[in-house]
Amino acid sequence: MRAAIAIFPGSNCDRDMAVAIKKITGKSPLKLWHKDTEAPNLDLIVIPGGFSFGDYLRCGALAARSPIIKNIKNHISRGGALLGVCNGFQILIEANILPGSLVRNKKLLFTCRETTLEVQDSIQSPFLSSFNTGDCLNIPVAHNEGNYIANNELLKELENNGRIAFKYKKSSEIETDYNPNGSLSDIAGILSKNGRVLGMMPHPERSINSLHGGTDGLKFLTKSIEQIVG
Amino acid sequence: MQKRNLELRDINENEYTVQQESNLDQALGMGLSKDEFELICNKINKIPNQTELGIFSAMFSEHCSYKSSKKWLKTLPTKAEHVIQGPGENAGVIDIGNDQAAVFKIESHNHPSFIEPYQGSATGVGGILRDVFTMGARPIALLNALRFGSINHPLTKHLVSGVVKGIGGYGNCIGIPTVGGETNFNKSYDGNILVNAMAVGLAQKDKIFYSAATGAGNPVIYVGAKTGRDGIHGATMASAEFTESSSEKRPTVQVGDPFTGKLLLEACLELMQTDVVLSIQDMGAAGLTSSSVEMASKGGLGMHLNLDLVPIREEGMTSYEIMLSESQERMLMILKPGSEEAAKLIFNKWDLDFANIGKVTNTGRLVLDKNGFEACNIPINPLVEDAPEYDRPYEILQNKKVIKSDDFQSNQTLNNILIKMFESPNIASKKWIWEQYDSSVMGDTILCNGKSDAAIVKIHGTETKNSLGKGIAMTTDCTPRYVKSDPIIGGMQAVCEAARNIAASGAKPLAITNNLNFGNPEKINVMGEIVGSIKGISQAASTLNTPIVSGNVSLYNETNGQGILPTPVIGMVGIIDEVENCLGISAENNNTLIILGQKQNFTEGWLGCSLYQEIISDNLDGAPPPIDLKTEKQIIETIMTLNNNKLLTGAHDISDGGLLIATCEMLFKNRLGLNVNLPKALMSSNSKDHLLHSWCFGEDQNRIIISTNEPDKVVSLLKESLIDYYILGMTNTSSNLNLNEVDTISIKEIYNINERTIPSLMDTYKS
Repeated sequence: MRAAIAIFPGSNCDRDMAVAIKKITGKSPLKLWHKDTEAPNLDLIVIPGGFSFGDYLRCGALAARSPIIKNIKNHISRGGALLGVCNGFQILIEANILPGSLVRNKKLLFTCRETTLEVQDSIQSPFLSSFNTGDCLNIPVAHNEGNYIANNELLKELENNGRIAFKYKKSSEIETDYNPNGSLSDIAGILSKNGRVLGMMPHPERSINSLHGGTDGLKFLTKSIEQIVG
Repeated sequence: MQKRNLELRDINENEYTVQQESNLDQALGMGLSKDEFELICNKINKIPNQTELGIFSAMFSEHCSYKSSKKWLKTLPTKAEHVIQGPGENAGVIDIGNDQAAVFKIESHNHPSFIEPYQGSATGVGGILRDVFTMGARPIALLNALRFGSINHPLTKHLVSGVVKGIGGYGNCIGIPTVGGETNFNKSYDGNILVNAMAVGLAQKDKIFYSAATGAGNPVIYVGAKTGRDGIHGATMASAEFTESSSEKRPTVQVGDPFTGKLLLEACLELMQTDVVLSIQDMGAAGLTSSSVEMASKGGLGMHLNLDLVPIREEGMTSYEIMLSESQERMLMILKPGSEEAAKLIFNKWDLDFANIGKVTNTGRLVLDKNGFEACNIPINPLVEDAPEYDRPYEILQNKKVIKSDDFQSNQTLNNILIKMFESPNIASKKWIWEQYDSSVMGDTILCNGKSDAAIVKIHGTETKNSLGKGIAMTTDCTPRYVKSDPIIGGMQAVCEAARNIAASGAKPLAITNNLNFGNPEKINVMGEIVGSIKGISQAASTLNTPIVSGNVSLYNETNGQGILPTPVIGMVGIIDEVENCLGISAENNNTLIILGQKQNFTEGWLGCSLYQEIISDNLDGAPPPIDLKTEKQIIETIMTLNNNKLLTGAHDISDGGLLIATCEMLFKNRLGLNVNLPKALMSSNSKDHLLHSWCFGEDQNRIIISTNEPDKVVSLLKESLIDYYILGMTNTSSNLNLNEVDTISIKEIYNINERTIPSLMDTYKS
């Protein structure tokens, strides 16, 4: 498994993601700095959460113009797997690697909490092929801009082509507040056309021990890595 | 370089007087007194120019000099075997084993947060984080202690909204989890809120960095953000009372940039991995002034700086502005000579300014050049050594009146009162607040925000085969209404509650950082509150062996002469050897709930100064509940023993609102029920019976409720330890709290009220 984490000034979940990956593979992932223009061949690149460039201008907008993005685009054109979590998802959208927009949470408040994700009926993807449609994962979110929006055309494109990876789901019948940010159609994560790029707001790397956050994130990352390594 | 001395040594006496008078006016405008101005003239043997005066005024401010409190702060217990560094440095340091140290401090940002709540609280967080990483520690957790005015005051929701956003805005962005704290509302804070932020960091014991300058000739390096015109004379503002025109002081509020803070944090920690940093100090209150003066003073040396080399954000800044600016995210360092280039590379990587602005000297003077002139040349000693220290007159008022439950004529049922309590934002869940804080970034959080009495964060890298590792427990506590009524008992109670919270989370209490928030110390009773609470804190901290290792004093928290409730906040840190052993507050089904405490506190309740009293009679009176320090120590030790024997499923201390509130909170998560075992005398009481009320809502101290699966083993251990206990009952799945024939309380209903109170109050406010 050759994995790397792309780090921007203001990334702050890079260590957490590295800990999670090491827990699974036994090996610390490579660190790529945002100014790196060269990278070795890799199986997986992760863009972690945080506040790259302080979220100035728009979340992810400045990071999406960093030298490393060219590298990342080369990586996916080679068929490499790419995971963007939280700010990483925002960066993927700003870099036009994934479609749509992530705007301020509906309540206009940062929110850090547990969410339940439901695996959707998606196209073939290394991130999801170990799960069945309807499987649920408890993975926390922590963000200010996770409200996914898309026009009708795009939403249809995502729905019809199995590009919605996860939706927020009620954990009980009485729960009314299950969607933490008001995102369209409860979307929590989407895939690229070929299924090898996943952007998601929830943080799987924060759900890797039973004492806090549970272990569903570990399960998700473990299965993903198994599939990527093939 | 051409130099001209701007001093006025050679002028004749007449001119001297004119000059002195005009500078005296300036001095008064900067918050100095006439006596202090004359002292300065004598000590430096000249009339200070504007820059020099500004430097003196900042260093002599209450905020920097602790002039009203120093005499009493010296009496606090600060030593123990596990203390590595007590008060006087950027933060306190304690030994936590494995060659590691916990570095922590609490600091107030009260005045700026009232004027500009977002920036005020955000820079409060940024400042306290810098205090911690200046010492070489990576910050691992943030906490806070917030006090707002009455929820119905027109400004309160605006302030709550802004402060919470500001705390989250900084902490979330820099990526340090905010794991705990407390928030209370009381009308005494209507015009003067309190925003106290605490940071805890982790360092290698042999890699602690200090601020004392070393080695004449060594380079003085400025790193971080550029210096702008923000926050000029902030320390002086923070040392004055408020008036209606205080909002005019908005320009003296600093502006925080957590992104630059994050870069500075990473760059400093990266540089500290090398061995080139000789000393380092953050530019906090009074900016470049206090950092340069304190570093030089602690090292017994001088400093010669060229202000033209300071990176500035705006053209044409004067020496006065540069020295008094409180722009954020800046540090001053002394490096090993010759290491500048290598150090600079690190800061370049993080896109931060790095400027060699001068040298350490052995003259004992602070000399500043600007535009080729000498803008300041003063001895350092008087700035620190001669800062005034006042022995202000004080009177400790202790309310000794015992309020009896018979004094209440309530015609309300227990259920109604319970609902009222959970409708009060003081008792209700603070979820609306803590969901806005990232509590799980860094991936080490174990318990936080409401799940337990103290937050627990595991120590990265201490995992073993059988455990996720060691953990640090943290809490902030104070019950200001007790302090107001009896400062000595109030001070003790704050320490005891903090220690009890640490123990109830499964950890061992170790040490304290305190934030002493009071009104105007020139008032005899306010000074009495300061002295009294320090006495109380000292007694409790000595008994519990939890010394004070750092802290902050915030005085003049008054608006138009109205002072706040005295609020000496205790931030406490403890240690747990295996985080798996941590305890939350929530009970499980079929658990036995047992109260530990003193026998006399199991049958009647102490209603003086309680929230019950406040809610029923809209008034607070009488002595606060007494505290027995010896019992407190025994109970804390007993909880630790019970927990080490793995006999507990949870624990919760009894504090605000008393026994019934604590019991409900233990039942909430799993919506459990309980048939409460009432004392014999109350068995036939009715729902409006004041004796029953006092048992339910009395706030007697030294009490913790534990939940256990193994009541027999627990009881036999309690008997062995000679600890009084009271068996409250066994949890069930009914979701009903039954007190007697009459009272059945629906836990689901109370839970919903508890969850709804603050969101429904805040949702009516749109920022």
